[in-house]
Amino acid sequence: MSNDTNRRDFLGYSFAAVAAVGGAASLVGMKQAWDPLPSVLAGGFTTIDLAPLKAGQPETFTWRGKPIFVLKKTADMENSNRDLVVGADRYTVAIGLCTHLGCIPAWKKDKWKCACHGGEFNPSAKQTFGPPPRPLDLPPFEVKGTTIVLGNVGPESEKIAAFLATQA
Amino acid sequence: MAKFEKANSVGEWLDQRLNTTMLNRVLMTEYWVPKDINFLWAMGVLLATTFGILIISGIFLMMYYKPDVNLAFDSVNYTIMQEVAYGWLFRHMHGVAASVVFLIIYIHMFTGIYYGSYKRGREMIWISGMLLFMTFSAAGFSGYMLPWGQMSYWAAMVITNLFGGVPVIGDALVVWIRGDFNVADATLTRFFMLHVFLLPITIMGIIGLHFYTLRIPHVNNQTSEELDFDAEAEKYLSGNKKESKVIPFWPIFISKDLAVLGIFLLFYFYLVFFHYNFAMDPVNFDPADAMVTPAHIYPEWYFLWSYEVLRGFFFDVGPFKAFDIGLIAFGFANVIFLLLPFLDRDPAVLPAHKRPKFFIWFWILMVDLIILTVWGKLPPTGTNAYIGFVAAMAFILIFLALPLVTKSDAKKRGDV
Repeated sequence: MSNDTNRRDFLGYSFAAVAAVGGAASLVGMKQAWDPLPSVLAGGFTTIDLAPLKAGQPETFTWRGKPIFVLKKTADMENSNRDLVVGADRYTVAIGLCTHLGCIPAWKKDKWKCACHGGEFNPSAKQTFGPPPRPLDLPPFEVKGTTIVLGNVGPESEKIAAFLATQA
Repeated sequence: MAKFEKANSVGEWLDQRLNTTMLNRVLMTEYWVPKDINFLWAMGVLLATTFGILIISGIFLMMYYKPDVNLAFDSVNYTIMQEVAYGWLFRHMHGVAASVVFLIIYIHMFTGIYYGSYKRGREMIWISGMLLFMTFSAAGFSGYMLPWGQMSYWAAMVITNLFGGVPVIGDALVVWIRGDFNVADATLTRFFMLHVFLLPITIMGIIGLHFYTLRIPHVNNQTSEELDFDAEAEKYLSGNKKESKVIPFWPIFISKDLAVLGIFLLFYFYLVFFHYNFAMDPVNFDPADAMVTPAHIYPEWYFLWSYEVLRGFFFDVGPFKAFDIGLIAFGFANVIFLLLPFLDRDPAVLPAHKRPKFFIWFWILMVDLIILTVWGKLPPTGTNAYIGFVAAMAFILIFLALPLVTKSDAKKRGDV
């Protein structure tokens, strides 16, 4: 009797062990099936020429399917440690998705205003009103003369990223 | 093995093998429903029928719909709407049913709250019902993405971004859910799978559970009287139908249900043929564009109240960010109804008009939900933002007050 029970218990536990390993392995597989595909991860680089930008009029570029705001600051716009300085000009480079829930804020005179939930960002991409929890995010970029290449990490973007990290 | 004899009819042949007579008795002709109920008790059958309409119209849409970012918009707005015979009808039936199903769900829910049909043994009915509300919400959201218009795209953007609020893994979680850095092709195809397979099949399972949860505690009635269903059923079966307080589900109760269903279907098809536009946002007839957010985005009407709770908290409080406060309030709004049976501290089951303070509580909740719904659609600027904040705050306070309100009613009655 007790022999039988032990044998049945043993069978039960061995099945549980096999099922647990198999179950865990398939969960890993299922999780990875939902990960971004290699072709998505390899998604390209975008080169932006800063020279033709007009001060006070931000332009929107595309990088990895996301809008990128580049604003050449006017003289009366406040300086920030976040500015990208190229020659005598100061630029704000930011991912143009509201850090609240990802809508694209629109430039209204002297700030970016988000239509979805009313968030606002100043010309240095810092949140000044509403629900956004942090400034507009910084894309990684490398400066080459008067162009920047989004996707490569250069010392300028590292410096700004380090500054933003201290603000968090 | 059981003994099988030659059957004299198909019915008998099936009965020998499947015991269909017994099954019919247990589920239909001797499943007892109280007599003292009104038309509000017909919402379950209305919901089951509307779900059926969604499945059938959805099957026809699926035969021409293409879940691909380059093809989705045209497959809906050109192929289905213009080429497929009655394609427009199936689309409008599907869209209107998705909207109306929430109207009936809300009536069904608030009937339950009003008559106290969620406690004293009926907790599982309520909980399984709220699980259905959640899965229906997920199905509504995933389906809204499929036409791949501007509203589809930006609703997907906003809702997937909500997961960014999860501590530590938030940002990675958002990318994982989307399968891309942005809402993109991978996002569309996986939400298509959820919408046409995983969610419907989950909903069907929970509907089965929801029906089963009624079996032991039975349906509540207008005066919330506790019935001895066995004794009442016996009265009915012995011919004393007039005195018995119950009737069989089939064919007595269902006849009344079907009458209400008839009226509902007239209303529903009136909307489908003459007012389908309310379920077809004009902004969603612009193809999805990742580079342009529409000037003003809002969800369908049935999500407006929880959307307003989400965005009602628009300022930081000390170290807490507005984003996190809003998200926590949104989480609260979505979970709190589930906990209703445990927040109600009144041991008695009574309709709200027999519970003076609860009665007031109930109507304040209704008014607040209406305010949240109306302001959820307005742009969140100026005074609107403050009205939204007050209504969102009120929503939370209303639920925090429930244990006190219900306890005070019970004390006055002498039940505690």
